[in-house]
This record gives sequence, structure tokens and C-alpha cells, in this order.
Amino acid sequence: MDTTANSDADSRPPASRSWQRFRRSPSAWIGGGIVAVFVVIAWLAPWITPYSIRQTSSADRIAEPPSREHLLGTDQLGKDVLTRVMYGSRLSLLAGVISISLAIALGTPIGAVAGYFGGRVDSLLMRGIDVALAFPSVLIALLVAASLGASWWAVVIAVGLINVPVFARQVRATVLTVAQLDHVLASRAFGATWWHIVWRQILPSLTSPLTVLASLSLGTAILEVAGLSFLGLGGDLTVAEWGAMLTIAKTYWSSNVWLALGPGLAISLSVLGFNLLGDALRDALDPRSDASLL
Amino acid sequence: MIGYLVRRVLHALVTILVAVALVFIAVRAIPGNPLLARFGQHPDADEIARLRAENGWDRPVLVQLGQFLWQVGTTGDLGRSLARTNVNVTDELRKRIPATVELTLAALVLAIPLGIAAGIVAAVWRNRWPDRLGMFLALAGVSVPIFFLAICLREVVTFLPTSQRLPLTMSLEPLTGLLLVDSLLRGRPDVFVAAVRHLLLPAVVLATIPMSVVARITRSSLVDMLASDFIRTARAKGASLWRVVLRHALPTAAVPITNIAGLQIGLLLSGAVLTETVFDWPGLGRYLASAIIGDRDYVAIQACAIVIAVLFASLNLVLDLVYVWLDPRIRLQ
Repeated sequence: MDTTANSDADSRPPASRSWQRFRRSPSAWIGGGIVAVFVVIAWLAPWITPYSIRQTSSADRIAEPPSREHLLGTDQLGKDVLTRVMYGSRLSLLAGVISISLAIALGTPIGAVAGYFGGRVDSLLMRGIDVALAFPSVLIALLVAASLGASWWAVVIAVGLINVPVFARQVRATVLTVAQLDHVLASRAFGATWWHIVWRQILPSLTSPLTVLASLSLGTAILEVAGLSFLGLGGDLTVAEWGAMLTIAKTYWSSNVWLALGPGLAISLSVLGFNLLGDALRDALDPRSDASLL
Repeated sequence: MIGYLVRRVLHALVTILVAVALVFIAVRAIPGNPLLARFGQHPDADEIARLRAENGWDRPVLVQLGQFLWQVGTTGDLGRSLARTNVNVTDELRKRIPATVELTLAALVLAIPLGIAAGIVAAVWRNRWPDRLGMFLALAGVSVPIFFLAICLREVVTFLPTSQRLPLTMSLEPLTGLLLVDSLLRGRPDVFVAAVRHLLLPAVVLATIPMSVVARITRSSLVDMLASDFIRTARAKGASLWRVVLRHALPTAAVPITNIAGLQIGLLLSGAVLTETVFDWPGLGRYLASAIIGDRDYVAIQACAIVIAVLFASLNLVLDLVYVWLDPRIRLQ
């Protein structure tokens, strides 16, 4: 992306320039399109799936390869795989959104306090964050999920917790720069309370870095949720959830290789969508970064 | 330099202690009594109480932690497995750590050079088809779940073995535990070939994410470098494109690349748990997963945690020293 050529002549406000960059980027269109399709499928699943989620075929149609009636085949109970994959987008998107919201809700205050107050508070909090980041997240996730007992919620909370340090660091870095800007210094000179400064002047400037990070992390979170439930921490394997469906596919591998295709492709595509969208957002909001991919 | 080193080592030790203490307390919060599994359907309350006392679980957690650290520190004994009676965890880990180390190193040996090469190609032919193709593959590499990739590769690549480290008919008395090294040291080329064939698929699967990440960071740091004045000067003085890329730009881009490569080590272990599960690889990751999910084997879990914490802290230490070597300014900060 060539930003140096037209930046001098461009007098439009930065937000409108960002939006224009975003609209011109193919990553934004492809990523946004993929994400939108998954959101629509998740939303309308009960009305648009070819079969009912409960419906099983007759006994002779168990674990079939793809056919005209069953585009992705049937599973070991004779259920339509496409239907289950479409329903699975509900749980997976929800898991991603909830866990990232949890990470933002916990990470933002930690990062804001560390960045704003600095000094000892900062070094203590950041030391803790560094330990957490240095430690393999899978161990933390496995322990959290196991101590909560194997369930969907346990996996979601575990994934949320391992993402807290990522958000805390980003928020701290932004707060450190913003707190030195002129308008913040000015309102501090006028006697604004720290609460007012953080809430009204610093938090709004977090929107764009957090949007980028959240979009990129949503993809990772979906991957992590699928990975943990693939390992068996999601509890109920009969639920239409992509990771659990892949575990089943592994068990019934020898009889039907097609079982893995639907959920596997669904995870890959949705994560690809969030990654493309996140990259496009980053390019649009931070013109200095050069990471355009398509 | 000495002062810096001492500070870093102390920091690493504190990290290990904190991590081990947290895991030690966390495993005791996992619901379910691991001893029950031993008794089947008719647990004997007296026997369980006796075993609890024997393991010291009737004492406060902090006392247990102190005793455990003392025991590990003085004797190196990590305790006996709860799930498989009379298996010493230290012995078990001694067999499994080399398997994971071999797999992880193989993945890194694939990922780092290939990732850097792909990043260079993408940066040099920026915004042309090699760049687009490479970066699309890199993006796909971080988007496809590695267990799905593993399942697909198992199906497509039928001429390579998909489980264990060696065929059942073959065995080798371990020296280092790394089969590739041991087989050469013992002069067994047949074992070497078999080990490579077993290692190939798991290593490729585990390498995808770090390779993609290294390719992306190499491209973006090189693109920055190639736009800078000293590169233009070097080109103007007649240095060839490849000389400029390899001798001028790449060394300057080495710090961010090492930085990112270091962060991948954490991800590699997460990947190892999944990869080892799909490929029945007898390593640390699968041991840890089954200890947590299946057996709730406290002793095995805390032992794994120690090993992982030590591995991690020492690798991070080594990486920090590499940064200082690459960029002496860091030391002074």
C-alpha cells in the first residue's frame, strides 16, 4: 500500500481515509464476506438447514459419503453432517465472542491501570503478565478447563483467560502513549480526576487497537476452543460443535473419512475470515503497518 | 554483561517457582479424587485415608508445596505416578521428553529457514504473485487447525507411517533419547531412515504455524528495511539486489524475527499436545493431556509443569542472550 504519495494532498479526516482504505482492500471484502456468511448461517440455522438437527436417517444410511441428499454425508448416527456443521457455527462463533469479551473485560482494566499509574503497580502487573505469556497457554487452558470440569463453558472460560495477557499488553501500550498527549496533559492540568481522564479521554482511543486485536483474536479463539474440545475437554461429544465433531470423526476414521471434512473446513474458513478481516482493519486503522496480504 | 546475565537467571528462576506453585495449587483444585480410580467400584475408605497420609495430602497445601520443592531440589525425584502404580514419573518423563524435543526441533528446523525464505521472496517480489501466493499460504497456515491438517495428511500421504516413533519390530538402546542422533551414533542407518519417516508428518504439521508466522514477520520487517536510506545507498553503490537483501537488510531484520520465533516456542508446545494426540507420538504433550483429562494424575501433572516451566524459562533465557548478541543496545535498557 502506497501511503506516502497521497498523504500530503489528502485533507479528509483520518476516519474517512481509514474507511476508504478498508473498502478498497480485497482482504476486507473476502474476510468480511466469510464472516457475514457464518453469522447469517448461525443466526438462521433452524430455518435454513436441509434437515432437522434431531432427525436421523434410516439405519442403512449411517456414515455415508457425500451424496445429493446429504451434501457432506451422514455421521455415525445417520444425522446430516451439513446440518450439524451449520448448527455448529452457532456454538463456535458464540464461544469466540464470549471468550474474547471475557479477555477484553479482564485485560483492559489490568492494562489501563498498569499503563496509567506506571511505577511499581506497572512493573508488578507486567511481571505477572510476562509470566503468563511465557508459560505455554495450553497448560493453563488444560488446567482451567479440567478444574471447571469438562464442559463447553469450561473451554470458553479457559480460552478467555489465556487471552487476557494479550489484551492487557495492548491496552497498556496504548495508554502509555495516549496519556502523554497534549489534550490529556491539559485536562490533567485543569484538575480532572484520574477516573475522568481514563474513562473519557483514554478509553475512547482504545477502540481502534482493540477492534483490530479482537478480530484477529476471534480467529485464534475459535481455533483454541476447537482444539480443547477436540482433546475432550468440551464434555458432551454428541453436541453439534466443530471440535467435538472432529473428535468423533477421528474415532470413526476407518469407516468414513468424510466426517472430518465438514467441521474441519468450517473451522478453517471461519478463522481465515476473521484473520483477513483483522488484517484489513489493521491496515486501514494503522497506515504505517504494511501487512496487506491479498 | 555479567550483571545482565545474573538478573536474567534470577528472573527465570522466579518465573519457574511461580509457575510451579500455581500449577501445584491448581491441580489440587481439579474436582475428583485421583485415588478413586485405583479402587474401581468398591473404594476402601481406610485405605484411601492411608494413601492420602502417605502422599502427605492431609497437610496444608503450602506445606506440601514446600516438601515437594525440597524433594525435587535435593533428590530430583518427581514422585510416583498415581494412575499407573509404581511408575516413577521421573523415569516416565525421561523417555518422553526426548520424543517431544525431537519433534519440536524438527518442526523448528523446517519452519525457520523455510519461513525466512518465503518471507524474503515475498518482500523482494512485493505485491506480485509470489508475494500474494506466499502470504495467502501463510494466512491459511495460521487458519487451518493443525489437528484437521493432521487428519487430512494422514489420509492423503499413505506411504508414510502415522503413529509412534519407530516400527514395533525395531528398537534402539537410547543414548540421548533423540532417535536421529542415537541411530547415527550407534551406526544404524536403517533405524535412522525409519525414524525420519515417522517424524516427517508430525513435524510438517507442527511446523505450519511457526512457518507462517516467521514468513509474515520476515516479509514485513524486510519491506520496512528495503525502503530505508542505507539500502538505497547500498544499491546506488552498485551492490546487487541479492547482496543487499541477504547482507544488508536481513541482518537488521534479525531482531524482530528472533523475537517472533521466540514467541512461537510457547505455541509449539500447545501444538505438540494436539499433534502428539493425532499421531500417537509418545511425548510430553500427550502425557500431559492424558494426565489432566484422563487420570487426574496430580503427580504427573505437576512433574510435567516443572519440566515445561524449566524448558521454557531456559529457552527464553537463551533467546534473550541471542537478542543481546544481535543487538547490544537491548542490554542497556
